[in-house]
Amino acid sequence: MAPSTDLLQGTLDVLILKTLAHGEMHGWGIASRIQQVSADVLQVGQGSLYPALHRLEYKGWIASSWGASDNNRKAKFYALTPVGRKQLRSEIDQWERLSAAISLVLAAPKEDFA
Amino acid sequence: MIHELLTRLGFLMRRRPNDLDEELRAHMEHSIESKIASGMSPEEARRQAGIEFGSMQAAREQSAEQHPRMGFGILGQDLRFGLRSLKRDRGFAIVAILILALGIGGNIAVFSLVNTILLRPLPFKDPQQVVWLEPAEKAGGLSGSTYSSDAYDDLIAMNRSYSGVTGYFAFSAPNNMKLTGNGIPSTITGIGVLPNFLDVLGIKPELGRNFLPNEGAMNAPAVALLSHAFWKTHFNGDPNIVGKAISVDDKPLTIVGVLPQAFDFGATFSPGTRVDVLSPFSLEMGRDWGNIITFIGRLKPGVTPQQASTEAATLFPRFYNNKKYSNGNGLSRGDYGPGVATPIKEHVAGQLRRSLYVLWAAVGMILLIVCVNLSNLLLGRAATRSKEFSVRFALGASRSRLIRQLLTESALLSFFGTLLGIGLAEVIVQWLAHQGSVALPLLSELRIDTTSLLWTVLLAFATTLLFGVMPSLRITGGDLQSQLKDSGPGTSEGRSHERLRNTLVISEIALACVLIVSAGLLLRSFLRVMDVDLGYQPTQAASISVDLPMSRGEARYAFYRNLLHEVSTIPGVQSVGISDNLPLARNRTWGPPRIKGVDYQRGQLQPTFVYVVTPGYLTTMGMHLRGRDISWNDNTNSENVIILNEKAAHFLFPHGDAIDHKVMQSGKEVRVIGVVSNIHETDVEASSAWQIYLPITQGWGENGAELVVRSTLPASTLGPTVLQTLRKLNPGQPAMQLRPLQEFVDHSTSPRRFFAVLVAAFAGTGLLLACLGIYGVISYSVTRKTQEIGIRMALGASRDVVLRNIIGRTLQLTAVGIVVGAIASFVVAQSISAMLYGTQPTDPATFSATLVLLLVVALLAGYLPARRASRIDPMAALRTQ
Repeated sequence: MAPSTDLLQGTLDVLILKTLAHGEMHGWGIASRIQQVSADVLQVGQGSLYPALHRLEYKGWIASSWGASDNNRKAKFYALTPVGRKQLRSEIDQWERLSAAISLVLAAPKEDFA
Repeated sequence: MIHELLTRLGFLMRRRPNDLDEELRAHMEHSIESKIASGMSPEEARRQAGIEFGSMQAAREQSAEQHPRMGFGILGQDLRFGLRSLKRDRGFAIVAILILALGIGGNIAVFSLVNTILLRPLPFKDPQQVVWLEPAEKAGGLSGSTYSSDAYDDLIAMNRSYSGVTGYFAFSAPNNMKLTGNGIPSTITGIGVLPNFLDVLGIKPELGRNFLPNEGAMNAPAVALLSHAFWKTHFNGDPNIVGKAISVDDKPLTIVGVLPQAFDFGATFSPGTRVDVLSPFSLEMGRDWGNIITFIGRLKPGVTPQQASTEAATLFPRFYNNKKYSNGNGLSRGDYGPGVATPIKEHVAGQLRRSLYVLWAAVGMILLIVCVNLSNLLLGRAATRSKEFSVRFALGASRSRLIRQLLTESALLSFFGTLLGIGLAEVIVQWLAHQGSVALPLLSELRIDTTSLLWTVLLAFATTLLFGVMPSLRITGGDLQSQLKDSGPGTSEGRSHERLRNTLVISEIALACVLIVSAGLLLRSFLRVMDVDLGYQPTQAASISVDLPMSRGEARYAFYRNLLHEVSTIPGVQSVGISDNLPLARNRTWGPPRIKGVDYQRGQLQPTFVYVVTPGYLTTMGMHLRGRDISWNDNTNSENVIILNEKAAHFLFPHGDAIDHKVMQSGKEVRVIGVVSNIHETDVEASSAWQIYLPITQGWGENGAELVVRSTLPASTLGPTVLQTLRKLNPGQPAMQLRPLQEFVDHSTSPRRFFAVLVAAFAGTGLLLACLGIYGVISYSVTRKTQEIGIRMALGASRDVVLRNIIGRTLQLTAVGIVVGAIASFVVAQSISAMLYGTQPTDPATFSATLVLLLVVALLAGYLPARRASRIDPMAALRTQ
C-alpha cells in the first residue's frame, strides 16, 4: 500500500502541527479534529497518520507521552515542542506564499488559455 | 537543522518503542466509541472502524519504517543479499575483485610514492622554513654549487634572513670510513656535517645528543651519530650504544647518539646511496679546500624564500672564497654569482614532480580502465538478471531500492577489492622501498601511511560510484514491465544497451592506447639513454676501491706499480689501471687549464673534472686516445704532462692540435701529451664538461684510488681473487666488492629506468584489461545472439561468414578505439616531451607499434568468442532456446 494517498505528505505534517498548536491530543483526536475542522473534506487515514506522527516525533517537532483521555481511556498524547512551534510558523508562511501563488495563476484571465 | 539531527541521533540510540500496537488499538477503540455514540450498533461500529482503519499491519510497518534505525536494517538486508548473489556468481565476483585489487593496489602504491616523495613534509621542525642555498646559475659540477668556509662565515655575518645556517661536506666518497679492530676491516660511509646541522633542521636524535659546537673544532675528539638503519643492523639496536666507541681507521670514534628513523640522510640528500654515520665537520680544517660545503638555512619567522633569494642575489657575490689568497684581482672576493634560496622539499624532490605526476596519471588511467571493465561486467551480469529485477519491481520494490541494492553489491565488490588492493600495494611498496640502488630521494622512507589509507578509502568510494552507478541506472531505468514480459536470453539486446557497452570498450581501448604510447616513448627514451656513447666502455670492466698504506711519494708510486703488476697477472685480466676518481661516481672539479699569457673572460673557462691516473687507466676504461698514454717514466723528475679531453682541447687550441703544446694547470706548466674522448662524468644524459688526466706519479695529490680491471670474466668471479691480491699487498685492505662499471651507469640511469619500467608495467596491465574488456563484450554478445546465429546458419550462413562477422565487429570497435586513443596520445605525448630523451613525442615507430599491438591483441580477444560462435550447431541452438 502506497503511503498517504489521501494527502500530500508535507501537507499532512503541517495539518498535524497546526492541530496540535491548540494543545496536546491523541492520534484519534487529531484525525477527527482535522476531519471536523475541514468540514469532512480531509479524511486522514490511519495508515498515514501514525507514520506521520512518528516521523514528526523523530524530527523532534512533537513529543509524546501516555495519559488518560476524556473518557478515561489510556491514550498516547502528542504535543508541540518549541522547535515544532517555530516549524509550524514557517510552514504556514510557506503554505500561504505557495497557495497565494497558485491562486494568482488560477485566477488569470481566461484568454490566456487560448 | 542541527537540533533535528541530534534528536534523530538520540532516537537512533534508543530502542524502537513497542507501544505502537497499544496506540493503534486505542485509536480503534476511540473510533468505535464515537461511532456507537453517533448511534451505530456495536457490531456495525466495529466493522466500520475496521474498514476505515485499513490494514493494521501496514500502519504498523509504515510507522516502524519512520524510525531512523530502519536505514540500517535495509542496509543489512542488502548486504546479506549482495553477498549471497555474489557467492552464486563466483566467477564474476573473483574476476571483479582481482581487477579492482589491481587497479586500487597500483593506485595506493603510486600514491604512497607521490606522497612520500612530493607531499609529505620532511621530518624537520617547520620544514617550510628550511631552504637550500645555491648559485642561481650552476656550472662545473658540485664545486660550482658549493661554498668555502670563508663564504660560510661571511653568510653568517652578513645575512638578515636566517635564524641559522648549516651545511655538510659535499665531497664524501662512499665507503670512506674503514671499520677496524675486528678481523677483516669493512667499510662504512660517513658524512661530515657542521655541528649545528641537526639543530638548524630541528631533528632530535632518537638516542643520545646532537653534536656540540666545539666538536667542530679542528682537533676535537672524534664523535659520530649513527643512522637508525646502521644502528639496527650493525649494533642490533643496542639501547646502550651511546658513549661506546668504535674503531674507525684504527682510531676510536665515540658514538654520541642515534638519528631518528624518520631522517635518513642518504635518502634525503644523496638518493640511492647509504649514509651510515654523521660526524662533525671542521670549517677550520677545510678552510683552504675551496668550495666544499653546501648551505642549508632556516628562515627567520615571516621571511619567505623569495625574500631570501632577493637577499642572496646581492649578498653572495660579496663573499670571499678565501681571505688568504687572491684571485688575480687582488682579492678572492666576487668568486660567487648571485645565490638563490629554494624550499628544501623543492630541492630534494622538485625535479621529480613531472615524472611522478605522469606515473600518477598512468595509474589513474588504469583505475579508469578497471572501472570501465567492471561497469561492463556488471552490465553484462545485470542484463541476465533483468528478470529478477522486474519481478522485484512488480512485487513493490521502488527504483531507488533496486539502485540501492545494486550499489550495495558494487560497494561489496569494491570493499573486497580494496582489501586485496591494500595487500598488493603493501607488497609493491615494500619492494620499492628496498630498491636501495634506485637514485630517487626518500625512497627508503616509502610506506603506506594514514594519508595513503584515506586516499584509498576515497578511491574505493569513487570507484564504487563510477562503476556501480551507471549500470544500476541503466538496468532500473528501462521499462521493467516490458522486460518482465519478453526479456530473456532468447531475444537480442536493445540497441542502446549495446551502444553503451560498445562505448565502454572503445574508451578502454583508447585509454590503453594512450598508456602504451606513453610507455613506448618512455621505454624508447630509456633505450636511447642506454645507447649513449659514454666515452668509455663500461662493459667487461669493474672497479674496486684500494686502501692505501701509510706511505708517501716514491714508496707509494712503487706500491701502485707493484699492485697493478700483481693484478694484471691474475688469469683472465686483460688490463688494469688506477684513477682516484671514476666517471659517474664522484663529482670533483678543479680550476681549468689555460694557456699561459692569454687573458680569458670570466665564464669562458669551465670548471674541470680531474682524474689522477696511472698508466693503463685510459686503455682499461676503453677510452679513445690520440697521442701517448701516461707512462711510469712521467715522474717527479721529468716534465709535467697532462691529457685533455676533446672539449677542453678544442677550446684551448681551436686552430690546431693540442698535442705537444703547453698549458698552465694549477700554477704549473704542463705539456699536453694526448687528447682523449669526452666522457659523461656525472650524468649519462647531460653533455660532457672539461676533463683532464694527470699522472699519479707527479705529485698532484690523488684523493683515493680506484682500481679498474678489464676482463671477460664476470666481476663476481674475479672479485675474490682481486681482493685476495690486494689484501696480500696491504693487510689493511677492507673487504669490498669488485663492482662492474655498468653499475655506476645503472645507478645514474636508475630514475629513468624506474619510471619507464613502472609506466610500462601499467601499460601492460592496461592492455590486459582492455583485452579482457573486448573479450567480455564479444563473448557476451555471442552468448546473447546464439539463437540469432543459429537461425542465420540454418538459413545458409557459413561458419566463415559468422567468424568474419564477429571478428569484423571486434575490429570495428578496436579501430574506433585506436583512432580516439591515437588523438589523445598525441596530446599526452606532447605533455611528457620534457621526459623524453632523443625521442620525438610523435615518434612514428612507437605509434605504429602500438597500433599493431592493439590490433593483434584485439584480434586474439575477439577470435576466441568468434570461433565459439562459428561452432554453434544451428539445430541445437534453435531447439534449446
